[in-house]
Amino acid sequence: MSKSKPVLTSSLGKKLIMSLTGLFLCTFLIVHLIGNLQLFKDDGGYAFNNYAYFMTHFTPIKVVSYLLYASIIIHAVYALILTLKNKSARPIGYNQYDGKANSAWNSRNMGILGTVLLVFIVTHMQNFWYQYKFGTTPYVEYHTELATGNRETIFAENVPADYTGYVTYVNDGIETVKSKDLYKQVEVTFQNPLLVGLYVLGMAALSFHLIHGFQSAFQTIGFNHRRYNGIIRGLGVWIFGIIIPILFASMPLYFYFVK
Amino acid sequence: MSGHLNLTLKIWRQKNTNDKGQFVTVQAKDIADDMSFLEMLDVVNEDLTRKGEDPIYFDHDCREGICGMCSLVINGRPHGPKYGITTCQLHMRSFHDGQTIVIEPWRAAAFPVLKDLAVDRTSFDRIQQAGGYVNINTGGAQDANNILIPKRVADEAFESATCIGCGACVAACKNASAMLFVSAKISQFALLPQGQTERYERAQAMVDQMDAEGFGNCTNTGACEAECPKGIKLTNIARMNREYFTAKFFRQEDVHA
Amino acid sequence: MLDSKVPAGPLAEKWSKHKFDMKLVNPANKRKFTIIVVGTGLAGASAAASLAELGYNVKTFCYQDSPRRAHSIAAQGGINAAKDYQNDGDSVFRLFYDTIKGGDYRAREANVYRLAQVSVNIIDQCVAQGVPFAREYGGLLDNRSFGGAQVSRTFYARGQTGQQLLLGAYSALNRQIQKGKVESYTRHEMLDIVKINGEAKGIITRDMVTGKIESHAGHAVLLCTGGYGNVFFLSTNAMGCNVTAAWRAHKRGAFFANPCYTQIHPTCIPVTGDHQSKLTLMSESLRNDGRVWVPKTIELSEKLRKGEIKPKDIKEDDRDYFLERKYPSFGNLVPRDVASRNAKEMVDEGRGVGKSGVAVFLDFADAINRLGKDTVEAKYGNLFDMYYQITDENPYEQPMRIYPAVHYTMGGVWVDYNLMTTVPGLYCLGEANFSDHGANRLGASALMQGLSDGYFVIPYTVGDYLAKIGNFNPVDHNNPAFEQTRKEVEDYVNKLLSLKGSKTVDDIHKKLGHIMWEYCGMARTAEGLTKAKGLIQELRKEFWSDVCVLGKNEELNMSLEKAGRVADFLELGELMVVDALERNESCGGHFRLESQTEDGEAKRDDENYAYVAAWEYKGENQPEVLHKEELVFENVKLTQRSYK
Repeated sequence: MSKSKPVLTSSLGKKLIMSLTGLFLCTFLIVHLIGNLQLFKDDGGYAFNNYAYFMTHFTPIKVVSYLLYASIIIHAVYALILTLKNKSARPIGYNQYDGKANSAWNSRNMGILGTVLLVFIVTHMQNFWYQYKFGTTPYVEYHTELATGNRETIFAENVPADYTGYVTYVNDGIETVKSKDLYKQVEVTFQNPLLVGLYVLGMAALSFHLIHGFQSAFQTIGFNHRRYNGIIRGLGVWIFGIIIPILFASMPLYFYFVK
Repeated sequence: MSGHLNLTLKIWRQKNTNDKGQFVTVQAKDIADDMSFLEMLDVVNEDLTRKGEDPIYFDHDCREGICGMCSLVINGRPHGPKYGITTCQLHMRSFHDGQTIVIEPWRAAAFPVLKDLAVDRTSFDRIQQAGGYVNINTGGAQDANNILIPKRVADEAFESATCIGCGACVAACKNASAMLFVSAKISQFALLPQGQTERYERAQAMVDQMDAEGFGNCTNTGACEAECPKGIKLTNIARMNREYFTAKFFRQEDVHA
Repeated sequence: MLDSKVPAGPLAEKWSKHKFDMKLVNPANKRKFTIIVVGTGLAGASAAASLAELGYNVKTFCYQDSPRRAHSIAAQGGINAAKDYQNDGDSVFRLFYDTIKGGDYRAREANVYRLAQVSVNIIDQCVAQGVPFAREYGGLLDNRSFGGAQVSRTFYARGQTGQQLLLGAYSALNRQIQKGKVESYTRHEMLDIVKINGEAKGIITRDMVTGKIESHAGHAVLLCTGGYGNVFFLSTNAMGCNVTAAWRAHKRGAFFANPCYTQIHPTCIPVTGDHQSKLTLMSESLRNDGRVWVPKTIELSEKLRKGEIKPKDIKEDDRDYFLERKYPSFGNLVPRDVASRNAKEMVDEGRGVGKSGVAVFLDFADAINRLGKDTVEAKYGNLFDMYYQITDENPYEQPMRIYPAVHYTMGGVWVDYNLMTTVPGLYCLGEANFSDHGANRLGASALMQGLSDGYFVIPYTVGDYLAKIGNFNPVDHNNPAFEQTRKEVEDYVNKLLSLKGSKTVDDIHKKLGHIMWEYCGMARTAEGLTKAKGLIQELRKEFWSDVCVLGKNEELNMSLEKAGRVADFLELGELMVVDALERNESCGGHFRLESQTEDGEAKRDDENYAYVAAWEYKGENQPEVLHKEELVFENVKLTQRSYK
């Protein structure tokens, strides 16, 4: 048998990359969700804003977040490469193709679902990450009496001129936090029905993408075992296909309808 | 039990590989419903021949579902509307009077059309030639019962080995991927003790050849498994991936590159 | 008198002694020889792979799109081997004895003994290749009793033994293709052999895709092209199975032996109508549990046919389990020829079942009661599904309808002990030759013979011939014989293409099939055969004057492919009839009504017919000349076969 090609140039190697980046993105979803659940706390955004600062400034998290951006890009780029390759594998298509007879709709349309997700991610980054880092956000100061937990919250439309960054200090038993108010930003953003619609659509796409994608990633890695397939499929459908997208989607809906 | 059908056939006609090809509509009259699908085409061809027209070329041979020569995408489904059978095992009772049936060849860059509905599947042979065997010569084999093989292992290997190489998996796959076909052979030898010595070279060699032939990639839709007339399982693809990645990442001594 | 070249000495030592006596080709010289192998079924693929492993250059040819599709793939039941793994008293001699007896003493002792000897190596070889035979829970190979054998010596891979064995041989072939030792030509049909100084030195083929007619040179040519059952139009053979390679070789001097020996398999799905293109066999193993019956009276049969009553309406007392009645000790497990003939008898009496009345029942009701539906399903599920698929009848609920169909041809190109035909350098292996099954083949023996010839016989005997050639020069491809033969084939193809009559090739083929089935099928008479001869001659005239062959040579041309094959069948058919007429005895699959015992069993005439009838072609429309090879039985006593 002759010399073998390097793994990453092979079809299986490329699929492995899709699978590993995909699974990495799945684990991120869990962390992201847990953090975002703070949005439901009725504390004027105190917990959420602290969390937002932590996520954007703690070094290990920052490293992971760069990995994350890279994963998204690699996942998308390889998807494009593989899709083009797949298209060239069938230059002349069928006049009739009865896909529903042999496979699930979402499994055949991962590219479309992924594209929706990509549009969603870009919008999402612009709405919050970009605004938080480079754009204009509201401003907030929390003064919390540590002994009693009583908190005074001062909002401002804009960040004051003397603001140099997030600060927190304790003075005379009173904790002061000065921060960009991402929480308020969320509230404002989700007054736009178009954006709410896009977010819900994005989460629907996420659901269908992961119902297929999660178990598919394991299959690609080569993990297919009678004993564990049920668990993997269950996780893919219930956790990643249903619970996570629903909780994420409930956030814009909550702010639009409840707040 | 037996009725007669009149059908409209929309059939792909193409003179040779270089011809562009097109759909041609043919009427099939008075077709007995206990005919097989290919016998229906025989009847149509006899009519065409009598009229001095070129009969429709399609591949077929054993007509009992084992040689893997017959193909045809019928109304968008490889081997027609039923599961677990080949086109030659499909009978006209699966259709109804007045129906329009669209008949197309397997579509894949690695399966160029030779004429009408017949395609060239020698790419499958080349994949097998790359490593689908045990490297032993005739003679000198030890007694067949010297190596015990647990029944469930033998049975599982047999399940993988029942692939008839028809290409329905490629035809069904939206990416024209041949991974079910390739993985079935890799699995058979990965399971059996006889296949162990070259287990990892085999996986690499066959995957390389598969890529070189221009097949698409697997996106795990499961269409191949659903349309496979022999019920070859997706598990085989996972096993192939495992064999391949094990070879690449953990078996340095077996990697030639 | 033909010389079979059987070596002298005791039966058990003939082959080993002969292997020693044969000349060898030095390993360094093997690569100077080219061997052409036509057909890539069990015999062809195994021969090609084994010869390439030895170092010869091999070219293989098949008409299918891949070597893997040869019709060996369709064999269901299994492969015999005298392993005696079951400790039930099997031995090489017993397998030999059963095969000789099963063939009704019309096979050559030495060949059959060698077949039994190497049968054990075949299983070893196939297992080493990774053929997934059925196993017992302990991990040992499983065996079953098959086709009336009293011992369990049949190895199997569910109902797909032929497929698994062929894929094994195909994998060995692939390995040699990859190594560059075998050049594989697919979608190529052999149309003639090329002879130089009387020896076979090449072939002429047509590339079925481009139409290119070209010559290939080799030091020896192996025909592994299967049987000629499709002369009957309807048979269990694949649609493409044909006699063309063997027949064209015959016309170039290879004698054709015992063409009238055809096997009619008892358990096939009956014909439904004139559109039928082929018949489907269901494994003989069904007879292990199924009971064959017809109604006792014609009246009941008629009611059944009209659909007035259902099979289960017929009371136990009104059923005739005719095999159990006539053959109490073997019952439903009598050999194929006996089972087939009895089914025909029932139908001829008017007691057939099914709409056409041309079928008998194979009933599993008892087996389902005794073993439970699950057990029956585990054993025969795939066969039941197949039956249901084709007939739309559920065999779990109503008895199967079965009827015999042409399945295998024991006759074929005459070969000597070395498998060489009467043309030096031209060999014939597997079903295409006549050698090992006599007048009737036992179940699970065809796979054994194909692989025995290919893996374990031809590698030795071809070497002997090549060693004796005396030089290592390549065959001179410029020899005018190549161009001349090529031109002849081209002219022949053009002649076929010029036929623009009103009949399709299939019209003629179907007519031929009817004649053969009617007069040269399960029961034959001198009168019928004489009539058939005339009918076939007329039909041949009709073919050459009124058939229509469409299209041109330079394309995939179905009409042309079929026409060439049917033209050969039309000539072979006549020879079969002539052979059947000449053999005025009954033996195995050849049943002459004139020659039967009082019980209606086949009655041999050993005094006058214990010979192989080998026919020599003498030219167009000339009668063929009969040559006889006396069959000498030194190790078995000829007895009347009895399965009572």
